[in-house]
Amino acid sequence: MMKYTESHEWIKVDGDVATVGISDYAAKALGDVVFVELPGVGDDMEAGGEMAVVESVKAASEVYAPVAGEVTEVNEALEGAPETVNAAPTEGGWFVKMTVTDTSALDALMDEAAYKDYCAGL
Amino acid sequence: MAGDMKKTALHDLNVDLGAKMVPFAGYNMPVQYPMGVLKEHLHTREAAGLFDVGHMGQVFLVAEDKTFATAAKALEALVPASISDLEPGQQRYTQFLDDDGGILDDLMVSRINMPGHDHMIYLVVNAGCKDADYAHLAANMPDDVAVNIKDDTLSLVALQGPKAVEIIARLNPDIADLVFMTHGEFELELPDGGIYAHVSRSGYTGEDGVEISAHHDHMKRLVGHLLTQEGVAPIGLGARDSLRMEAGLCLYGNDIDTTTSPIEAGLIWSVQKHRRSGEGYKGAARVAADLKVKTRRLVGIKPEGRAPARAHTEIQDVNGNRIGEVTSGGFGPSVSGPVAMGYVDVPHNKSGTAVHLIVRGKALPATVTKLPFVPHNYFRGK
Repeated sequence: MMKYTESHEWIKVDGDVATVGISDYAAKALGDVVFVELPGVGDDMEAGGEMAVVESVKAASEVYAPVAGEVTEVNEALEGAPETVNAAPTEGGWFVKMTVTDTSALDALMDEAAYKDYCAGL
Repeated sequence: MAGDMKKTALHDLNVDLGAKMVPFAGYNMPVQYPMGVLKEHLHTREAAGLFDVGHMGQVFLVAEDKTFATAAKALEALVPASISDLEPGQQRYTQFLDDDGGILDDLMVSRINMPGHDHMIYLVVNAGCKDADYAHLAANMPDDVAVNIKDDTLSLVALQGPKAVEIIARLNPDIADLVFMTHGEFELELPDGGIYAHVSRSGYTGEDGVEISAHHDHMKRLVGHLLTQEGVAPIGLGARDSLRMEAGLCLYGNDIDTTTSPIEAGLIWSVQKHRRSGEGYKGAARVAADLKVKTRRLVGIKPEGRAPARAHTEIQDVNGNRIGEVTSGGFGPSVSGPVAMGYVDVPHNKSGTAVHLIVRGKALPATVTKLPFVPHNYFRGK
């Protein structure tokens, strides 16, 4: 199940590995993405710590780790095709795969319906 | 807060077109339309982009004795450009300088080309500076030169791109005869009746095109008509910024301000030879001094890689010494990569010099390059 943060990242856990990206709402708000700076494989992430930087034609924005864990893979395809973040933010536009140190931390995040309400109130 | 924002005459139309409106220089302005910044930029380079620039200031200087010479002489005391030799229909880019030669604003100066009116000087100034400019003019124009501010009656749009002139010339074929930096008064034949407009072959995108000034109500009709023409799309401030950056054109507040002089900013081409002696206008001494002792220059900077370097990014030489700062930077859609402009200490301003840009603590390799990043496409005559 996909979970969301207030800073508009999504996280989807599949077995031991979670995939993280930015939401459709965030991708639309950022506008055309032209560059993504990703962390290194093996980097330790703190919950809420800076994980990546996404540059759109307008500005640079930080992307935060939804939970603590270790980066196991990054989406290298974004280097050559950063526009994938706009085209498919919750699929091909994912940022990193990571372990989840404490899966109970996921409970504090919003589910799809709660996130939808949250965005509607912004 | 939003209630205090000023609106251009085209505000409601912009909202109807789906523009994302943002505060800019005290106005509520369209930063982008549904097409998005990237596509709007590319559309302008390929066809014709229509920009609402009604937030800019439009002013006439008119001498009481109804001579051009009197008004020109008064303006010449405030700007480095030569004004007295402007012919009717000619336009020049220049800057208001302070006493120390810092730039207060940059502006376009035109001598009206209309029988009985060619003593009048028409200025277009930046929105963010216009109140200060008006005060500067009020304080410095002699009593016999009137400063007529037209913001309450005149709108301004720019139609830019390789198809712009062909499209506007459908409303009056004579417009196609204008060359870059000339202008005139034209009747534009709209389907619901003609309007009069001031049309100049100029702009700030590096492309061929026109800027059109007309009364608010006439402008609404003109814009409504232009948007029905194939090839015309409304373009927001976002793409306006990336277009001017690729064209190597300075943005006031980013690349030029009171801490920079016209010579440092690479604007020597806008200072005619006989205006470089160090006398004759506010700040003239700085112009002459900067020509003699070269300290720093505005240059183009091409980052290697894809990471954009934004304004205020530190520029270092390859040995890690600070040599300057980026003043404008971002992604250039036509270049298909990052572009930047910034000041570097002489002699690092030489094209081809390798430099480092410090982005998020990392040194990104970049090269000093000649401006513009995209060749200008101005029409200078057949």
